Amino acid sequence: MGKYIVRRLLLMIPVLLGTTFLIYVMVFALPGDPTDNKCGERPCSPAYIAAFRDKYNLDDPLPIQYFKYMGNLLQGDFGTTQRDVPVIDDIIARYPTTLKLALMALVIQVVIGILAGVLSGVRKGKFIDQVVLVSTLFVISVPIFVIGSTSQLVLGLQLGLFPISVPTRDASLFDFVLPAFVLASASVAYIARLTRTNLVDNLRADYVRTAKAKGLTRGRTVGIHTLRNSMIPVITFIGYDLGALLGGSIVTERIFNINGVGGYLFRAIPAQDGVAIVGTVTIAVLIYLLVNLLVDLLYGVLDPRISHE
Amino acid sequence: MRGTTRTVAVAGISAAALLLAGCGGGSEDNADTPTKTGGDISVEGCSPQNPLIPSNTSETCGGNVLDLITAKLVSYATKDAKPEMDIAESITTSDNQNFEVKLKKGYKFHDGTEVKSKNFVDAWNYAAYFPNGQGASYFFTPFAGYADLQSVDPDEDGPQKAPEPKAKTMSGLKVVDDYTFTIATSEKVSNLPVRLGYTAFSPLPDSFFADPEAYGKKPIGAGPYEFVSLTPDVDIKLKKFADYAGKDAAKPDNITFKIYADDETAYKDLIAGTIDVMEQVPTSALIGEQWKTDLQDRAATKAVAGITHVGFTKSDPRLANVKVRQAISMAVNREEITDKIFNKGRVAATGWVPPGIDGYAAGACGEACTFDAAKAKTTLAEGGGFTGTLEFAYNNDGGHKEWVEATCNQIKTNTGINCVPRPFVDFSTMLKELESRKFNGMFRLGWQMDYPSIENFLAPLYGTDADSNYQDYSSPAFDKLLGDAAADGDPASSNSKYQEAEKLLGTDLPTMPMWYTARQTGWSDKVNTVEVDAFGVPDYGNVTLK
Repeated sequence: MGKYIVRRLLLMIPVLLGTTFLIYVMVFALPGDPTDNKCGERPCSPAYIAAFRDKYNLDDPLPIQYFKYMGNLLQGDFGTTQRDVPVIDDIIARYPTTLKLALMALVIQVVIGILAGVLSGVRKGKFIDQVVLVSTLFVISVPIFVIGSTSQLVLGLQLGLFPISVPTRDASLFDFVLPAFVLASASVAYIARLTRTNLVDNLRADYVRTAKAKGLTRGRTVGIHTLRNSMIPVITFIGYDLGALLGGSIVTERIFNINGVGGYLFRAIPAQDGVAIVGTVTIAVLIYLLVNLLVDLLYGVLDPRISHE
Repeated sequence: MRGTTRTVAVAGISAAALLLAGCGGGSEDNADTPTKTGGDISVEGCSPQNPLIPSNTSETCGGNVLDLITAKLVSYATKDAKPEMDIAESITTSDNQNFEVKLKKGYKFHDGTEVKSKNFVDAWNYAAYFPNGQGASYFFTPFAGYADLQSVDPDEDGPQKAPEPKAKTMSGLKVVDDYTFTIATSEKVSNLPVRLGYTAFSPLPDSFFADPEAYGKKPIGAGPYEFVSLTPDVDIKLKKFADYAGKDAAKPDNITFKIYADDETAYKDLIAGTIDVMEQVPTSALIGEQWKTDLQDRAATKAVAGITHVGFTKSDPRLANVKVRQAISMAVNREEITDKIFNKGRVAATGWVPPGIDGYAAGACGEACTFDAAKAKTTLAEGGGFTGTLEFAYNNDGGHKEWVEATCNQIKTNTGINCVPRPFVDFSTMLKELESRKFNGMFRLGWQMDYPSIENFLAPLYGTDADSNYQDYSSPAFDKLLGDAAADGDPASSNSKYQEAEKLLGTDLPTMPMWYTARQTGWSDKVNTVEVDAFGVPDYGNVTLK
């Protein structure tokens, strides 16, 4: 087990190097000029451009820029954004917001998703199953920005039930309810469907028949014996999803004006603030890798047959 | 809108009249209507692109905030955009080249120090000095000695650094005493005083020079509002400055600029009353005039002193004949585009200078800007026709695709010229292509004025070798008129010389004017009517609560 964890942690190093290099190259090789729009709809003064290029090493060839950047990164220096704020400060300021939103969304999708999946799984072919299948299909097929803007318009503006935007960084949990539901919507549907399919499969398994034959109650058969096995693919999905949620949800954070990591990326990309983008993505990749390691370790708990020795 | 040029107000008066007003602030027509002052308002804001240093902020997001924080020598009235003396007691000249500025006593910076002559001179020298990399340094070009503070990177974008400039201070600026300083320009500039109301000309307190970086995080000015805090991407908070000496009394006690990533969200918050003022309603709300239904009497349209035009490259021999250019211009139905593509959000142009500017005269473009498909065809034939494709360059990052395509289609339909839109990834990429003079064909450009004068729409764009003269227009007659007008101290005759110059553009047609900008501003039901200045920036300091 310990060996396995160490091996996985070591494997993260090449993955991190690879992703940062790719992101770095992609961001800085983008056509266009980072000083665009810095001075309004007019070219920046030569003085400004010279100072800007000098500050961000833009005159160096790309590989040298990357090595300079990585050298600083290894010392814990993520560089400063184009607005002269250290990237790490920006990210630290924004992660609590994203974490709050992500955890709320996670709770929503786990509770509603698994509940809906179990209900439709044990009542396969019945009315409730049809309702779940049709509604999840609907949610999956509608793009998230449509769900977001529509719920914002109807529930926020017209009915006045929820705030339209999340006003401050110390916003209350209630402010996050609507965005969290929007963010969770697609995953709720996937989790419901995954749970249902696996439950239906496992309910046909021999051990379930044995359990039933032993005279166990239906609740115990489904709840303890079948559901635990059926959860493995669902946990995998949740792990992947949590990684994505923590990396920031660009669309939802933009629509609800949430100042989390997603909103930060949304502003940094058009501004071509490469240092900010690479720094944010590096941390997001790191979190993603750690969460997935955690999920892999969870397998052993859920199913003793899976071993990491 | 995000990323547009910082602009000042429109003039109702010219330079010389301003000089005469040098004896005082002039009489005010502030009718004492009982309005509730005080209270807090929140308005839509956006993330400043640069640290908040006046000479390094030439875009609206930071500029609108700095305008409330800083006071300048001159300010522009919201109502009629008239320049008025602010910190300056008087600005006098006898030859339009040497100016003497006298300051009022008692103006204080937010840190308690008094505003003195050296605060202006030091700030301006800092702004113009090349190694400081200030975005608005070009505003100081007319000052004597400006060139000595500049430096050129020997290998352009290469790794080598530009050498130290020859001087650190401009020879044209001299401190006489605490409340007097002099400005000398390298050429005659009769409208210099009008220019001095721009943010870049703000004085800076002594503490700035000790630590410019700290200042950028907490700017200190002498204006009606004091900077409180900036939370990146969340909000910028300002509070009323108790010791403010100027006459533009601040009404709200606190102003919060709430920063939005998406103007659709801001618009919904405006309708719900979460924010009180929105500078420009989103494009989606303009469709079918939805914004008028949503906001009813809580909205206003205001013409803004900016213009969009299409330039013809000099290097394209097929465009050399003026008849060809006229034909292209006549083939464009400007009204149709402003109505259908911009949902009446713009005003079709009839010249190169927008209405509301001192010196504006309608119709300088003449029949070349009047849509006439039949005449376009015959004029093109007279000009010898056009072979091959006509490329129409635009930047893809500014919402220009639709109108450029529509314009190209009109040209194609009405003249038979094979017009093809040519997108560039962003504005500076397009400008680089234009600067290298490699591009042949037409290109879109916009201009928003820096200071309230007809001159600002002509000299920087059409003067021989001027900075923004991408069409390489060069006319000795035009240049002479500009020179004469700049030296002319009498506003009326100076303006008529500028107007004559504008008429020359109508004859030579180096660019075709398309439309003037307009702005649609909305406010919540918690506040009274919000005044918007001629540039479309709401007068935040004068908003009153109901």
